Amino acid sequence: MEKSRLAIVDTERCVGCQSCMFACARRFGDGGLGKTCIGVKSAGGLERGFVVIICRACDNPPCAKVCPTNALSLRESGGVNLDLKKCISCRNCVDACIMKAVFWDNENNKPMICVHCGYCVGFCPHNVLKMEKKSSEVIPVAPQ
Amino acid sequence: MLLNDPLSNILFVDLSKKEFWVENRRELFDNYLGGSGVGIQLLNETCPQGAKPLSPENPIIFTVGPLTGLYPLASKTVAMFKSPLTGNLGESHCGGRSAIAIRLAGYGALVIKGASDIPLYLAIHQDKVFFRDATSLWGMGSNFTVGRVIREIEPGDGFRTIMRIGRAGENLVSYACVMTETYRHFGRLGLGAVFGSKKLKGIVVSGKRSLPVGEKKEYRTSYDEIYNAAVSSTAMKKYHDIGTAENVSPLNELGGLPTKNLTEQRFPEASKISGEAFAERYLGRRLACSHCPVGCIHIAALRESYEDEKYFYKTSMISYDYEPIFALGSMLGINDPEGFLRLMDQVEILGLDAMSAGVILAWATEAQNHGLISEKETEGIRLQWGDYHAYMQMTKKIVDQSNPFFHALAQGINHAASLYGGKEYALAFGGNEMPGYHTGPGAYIGVLIGARHSHLDNAGYSVDQKNIGKPVMSPEVLVDTLIAEEEWRQILSSLVVCFFARGIYPRDIILKTLNVAGFPINSEELTLLGKTILHEKLRFKIREGYTLNVDNIPQRIFQTPSSLGLIDKEYIRTAVEYAQKKLLEAPV
Repeated sequence: MEKSRLAIVDTERCVGCQSCMFACARRFGDGGLGKTCIGVKSAGGLERGFVVIICRACDNPPCAKVCPTNALSLRESGGVNLDLKKCISCRNCVDACIMKAVFWDNENNKPMICVHCGYCVGFCPHNVLKMEKKSSEVIPVAPQ
Repeated sequence: MLLNDPLSNILFVDLSKKEFWVENRRELFDNYLGGSGVGIQLLNETCPQGAKPLSPENPIIFTVGPLTGLYPLASKTVAMFKSPLTGNLGESHCGGRSAIAIRLAGYGALVIKGASDIPLYLAIHQDKVFFRDATSLWGMGSNFTVGRVIREIEPGDGFRTIMRIGRAGENLVSYACVMTETYRHFGRLGLGAVFGSKKLKGIVVSGKRSLPVGEKKEYRTSYDEIYNAAVSSTAMKKYHDIGTAENVSPLNELGGLPTKNLTEQRFPEASKISGEAFAERYLGRRLACSHCPVGCIHIAALRESYEDEKYFYKTSMISYDYEPIFALGSMLGINDPEGFLRLMDQVEILGLDAMSAGVILAWATEAQNHGLISEKETEGIRLQWGDYHAYMQMTKKIVDQSNPFFHALAQGINHAASLYGGKEYALAFGGNEMPGYHTGPGAYIGVLIGARHSHLDNAGYSVDQKNIGKPVMSPEVLVDTLIAEEEWRQILSSLVVCFFARGIYPRDIILKTLNVAGFPINSEELTLLGKTILHEKLRFKIREGYTLNVDNIPQRIFQTPSSLGLIDKEYIRTAVEYAQKKLLEAPV
């Protein structure tokens, strides 16, 4: 099966409902936002619209390059898989990601990184998000 | 309650002593769910009898509910306080990110007591509470700027609420609002003045906790059911398409749109300030409260040129809704959509409740037309229907309270009319300025007997509209209908489900979601709980001297035909007397 990744269609369509964030957390069957790996926040006040932070599924991910314990392995379609058993919570990956797409799980003191499962896409009421094939043309993502 | 749910944690803050502590009150939430139900219990506990609304004794209580952060559309925060406008129960609801932030910071309620000696704002980041010096923010001209400053210096972006007051709140205007996330408000009954009396400029709350659910499969299934209903049902369509402003045209056609201080029931130029008109020409963005896929918040983009320099413009993003369009539009005879937007923006900058402000300005216009006040009182301003420039000047003067007349206007319409006359067209009910519905007796009986004197207490305007073309409903049946609705709405507001979403949260869904949230309650218990919570509110109101009285009803509502024809005073009297027996004289 050809793998795909999460991408953004148009951040200007985002109304800031954060349903994607709740969906991401709910993958594990829980409520709240403690486990979300996608971020929606205002672009400096709600009057200016929103920034949608997602993992770009980089080909040669900076987060993986700086992991001292090889907890981050490359995914076939870009991005990384996180092996929590290896992770020592050094936060190097957080610092390395200029997209701020490495989120932090305060409850377990570990990083959280999108696995591009696409569950959030089904909960975006305005088609801000989509899944795309790795090879397709990439549309620039926020923050812009 | 969920295992280890932080919902039952209540954060207490004493502004006088600059202290805070957490109390776990599981029994309160077990018995009353959250929101209004828990809020009124905390108000009864913490507000001493006879407390002056602007004294340190008056507490501010914020509550959220068990579904908040778990299910969509349960994203309202309920505020409870003693109202400086009515001198009695203050209850106001607000969306934005407030409820999610409070819940995920790990609290079911915040209780703010005392008063600070210096201006400050509170920063609550999960278990950390900071008293921040707000001296530099006090007196700042624009409420928007206050938000910007706090946004830059506090952490938690994306997971926080920023509540703040404008200069109206600082100056204790009785209908000052508290603004959150720029476009949502604890609008009614003057919470902003209570903040101001405590020298509390704002409150930031942030949090991003998990809410671990036991029945994960049932949780996801029921979640999907509600979410799908929210995004696909026609019940929600009007809210996200044109928004609440959609009501302007139909209410005008039905002859239920209060116009020029209700001297008229139709505004001939309503189409210029209708929801459709704003959507076509000005709608610049739609926004949503946190965890609500509907996105009912409509923001107009207003491009204005500076007069002193060519090719120099600013674009303001201004929120609009039905009620502000009524209060600052038709009620003031304003037919220029840009004029309305400018006045709206001014009201937001100052931090006034748009509804009360508009109704008070309408009274002042008529009072000046009748010669009760002159241009001496208004400091040279000549009030004329439609002249939004004059109304913008008036709002500034109300906030500054530059003379006794403006000081009176700042205390609400009943106070102003008691000093200057014109009571017969001072359109307040239960001390609260009227909402935008001249639909018939249901609308007025609704706001008279409703515990918050809000049109949303029991939706009397909706009963009127359903009664058009039908045989006259008896006053008793009408009152019974309104009370039943208000009792049911206590459940929604205790779960802090948005009233706009009442259609997608029917009883069976509520029971199902409550079960997932660890509240095994049955249908009969739910009905009884709604009655109990309304009763508890009335108990507080009676304690604070509440009476139902038809003698103070402004005559105007009987003179201008409504959507259901002329309203009969005797009908209202019979209904209110019946409501008095049912609500206030029932055994405790």
